[in-house]
Amino acid sequence: MSAGTHQSGGMGTGVVKWIDSRLPVFTYLQKEYAEFEAPRNFNWFWNFGAILTFLLVMMIMTGIFLAMQYQPNTALAFDSVERIMRDVNYGWLLRYLHANGATFFFIAIYIHIFRGMYYGSYKAPRELLWMLGVVILLLAMATAFMGYVLPWGQMSFWGATVITNLFSAIPLVGDSIVTLLWGGFSVDNPTLNRFFALHYLLPFLIFGVVILHVIALHVTGSNNPLGVDPKGPQDTLPFHPYYTMKDSVGLAAFVTIMAAFVFFAPNFFGEPENYLEAAPLNTPAHIVPEWYFLPFFAILRSIDFDILFIEAKLGGVIAMFAAIFVLFVLPWLDRSPVRSAKFRPVYKWFFWIFLINAVILGYVGGKPTDAPVFSGVEGFQIIHLGYITTFWYFAHFLIVIPLLGIFERPKPVPKSISEAVLGGGAAGTTATAKPMEKA
Amino acid sequence: MGIVSTFRHTAAAAGLAACAALISTSVQAAGEAKDPENQDWHFEGIFGTVDRASAQRGLQVYLEVCSGCHGLKQVAYRNLAELGFTEAEVKAIAAEFEVEDGPNDDGEMFFRPAIASDRFASPFPNEQAAKAANNGAAPPDLSLQVKAHPGGADYIYALLTGYEDPPADKELSPGLAYNAYFRGNAIAMPNPLFEDGVEYTDGTQATVEQMAWDVTNFMQWAAEPTMETRKQIGFKVVLFLIILTAILYAAKRKMWSNVDH
Ligand code: HEC
Ligand code: HEM
Repeated sequence: MSAGTHQSGGMGTGVVKWIDSRLPVFTYLQKEYAEFEAPRNFNWFWNFGAILTFLLVMMIMTGIFLAMQYQPNTALAFDSVERIMRDVNYGWLLRYLHANGATFFFIAIYIHIFRGMYYGSYKAPRELLWMLGVVILLLAMATAFMGYVLPWGQMSFWGATVITNLFSAIPLVGDSIVTLLWGGFSVDNPTLNRFFALHYLLPFLIFGVVILHVIALHVTGSNNPLGVDPKGPQDTLPFHPYYTMKDSVGLAAFVTIMAAFVFFAPNFFGEPENYLEAAPLNTPAHIVPEWYFLPFFAILRSIDFDILFIEAKLGGVIAMFAAIFVLFVLPWLDRSPVRSAKFRPVYKWFFWIFLINAVILGYVGGKPTDAPVFSGVEGFQIIHLGYITTFWYFAHFLIVIPLLGIFERPKPVPKSISEAVLGGGAAGTTATAKPMEKA
Repeated sequence: MGIVSTFRHTAAAAGLAACAALISTSVQAAGEAKDPENQDWHFEGIFGTVDRASAQRGLQVYLEVCSGCHGLKQVAYRNLAELGFTEAEVKAIAAEFEVEDGPNDDGEMFFRPAIASDRFASPFPNEQAAKAANNGAAPPDLSLQVKAHPGGADYIYALLTGYEDPPADKELSPGLAYNAYFRGNAIAMPNPLFEDGVEYTDGTQATVEQMAWDVTNFMQWAAEPTMETRKQIGFKVVLFLIILTAILYAAKRKMWSNVDH
């Protein structure tokens, strides 16, 4: 069979052409990553997609090598992690990369999400792109939660016990769900086995959703700091070499910071008590999840009162999940026609208040509920701060954002990216402005 | 069936207890633990290394004082070579321990002196035996204790030097000692260190502080034996990454110098 009939379709020469005319992977890469036109005005916050992709690959690679030595059995798991740390060549490096990689994955994903919130990247036509991102966040949380159980330390065990127990609050089916998660009547060997199996699986699902996320991105094109769609070639740059170069800089800087932790303070983000082997009869005084769950943990604990017929425990669980699910509907809660907070004088303030509020929620999640917030002021406890910040978290999405869409007066939006970037109106751009960007 | 349902009951009770602990997380014990003082350790900092002389003395403290109650099961005798012990010394240290082996050709388990490739033998065959011999509180394995407490080495040192007479208003149950740094201030470990409790082979004066310092250095090494390699590699990796970032940044500036953005 001659390849002659296909020749017109393939790019390149030789083997590349032979393959490309049958399976156009090179054409695809060329189109989506080299020629792909990206707005010329990205700032450094547009680096985090590339950083997250790198981290996901790193997590999968270190994870697979860890899995070759790890033993998912309650009698062996803790010691097998120590064998990795001590006896496996560079095992300590694999494990510290993986444990710190999870932390930096969440640092990157949170920055990525806040970036989207500031510049309105969730708005039409990028709603599905945004929702796929929220799916990735959910899957990453499930993955990290189950991964944290694997080393079978005290926090692994008690964190798993507390969090899985939450599902028992669900009416009717709650107990069955918990039994199913546990594979028995408490967190035990079957739990560890299934968590390991799922912890191995979920990152590959994440990878699949990331591919969908990128496909959706390449349909709508990227948003940018002005929130104004590119009108033509004067507004964009080819992704390669301009953004491959810029992404490399951001990635190298990010990896430098991560490496500093991996090599010089590898347990900085860890909970010391997880270096004690799980002891089902010995409850730690203080059960705290990993830092990246703390804001949601705070919301969970803040609902410590019954709401009508909903018991406190169920209410807390609902609130915790609602805190993430509200992100799915954000594109429809925000009615403002302007994307970027640059041109939204009021929203801008509320964005920063929301960010600070989220950080305080994280702080609340890490403290005992009855501790005083300010030493000396006994009446004002962490739980009270939790009520306020939890209320504000939801008020931001459900009250502030919809109202701003109606009452806020946005500043004039530049007609095009090149106009804003080049100072004067670049020739030929004004006429093509679409109604979407007019405030 | 009966067993399953009782089991289920206990599991549910444990779950409830855990949730109670979660909702009101502070299970405040009678005495607030004192924060350990910050010490200046040789292993700290990005160039920090193990103080080998101190860690070697620390091994002696472990062997002569702590090993009667505490295991060190993550460490193999052969690892001691990293602290500067010779092969003969390692063999001699190992030979003082007995480990169970077998079955032999007659199908019997038997005890034999430990060899270099064995890991440190624990003093008690199981947790129950450890509890029974220690007033109901099992002495934890010391391999990871430095990493298992907030405060790390500072805490271990403070704990070992922190035994004192209880304040007048403090009632201690029998078998407990007063220690301000321990959670609840009442610890089931009797004060293990006394002036000249060991006779150091290198002639160092064995004060309580000295022994606590040495055994903590030893435990730090035992908890993180790869620390020196990690920091050496880390220094090169981070230096490389900083230079790489700088070069990439310069290249990026150059590439972007002809576009407005
Ligand atoms: C007589 C037996 C005995 C000896 C000897 C002994 N310990 Fe202990 N140790 C215990 C017991 C029992 C506990 C558990 C205390 C508790 O939970 O109240 C303990 C606990 C500890 C802890 C954990 C404290 C905590 O915060 O959980 C450390 C660290 C420790 N010992 C170090 C040492 C060192 C170092 C030595 C040697 C210098 C030593 N022990 C000698 C019995 C002993
Ligand atoms: C998004 C991707 C991933 C995340 C966020 C993640 C997260 C985590 C976390 C938080 C831990 C606990 C680390 C610790 O404290 O010790 C862990 C452990 C582990 N993970 Fe992952 N992981 C990911 C991907 C993978 C993959 C793809 C595999 C294997 C195929 C894997 C295998 C393991 C193993 C074997 C452990 C136990 C060893 C250890 O505790 O260090 N992981 N993971």
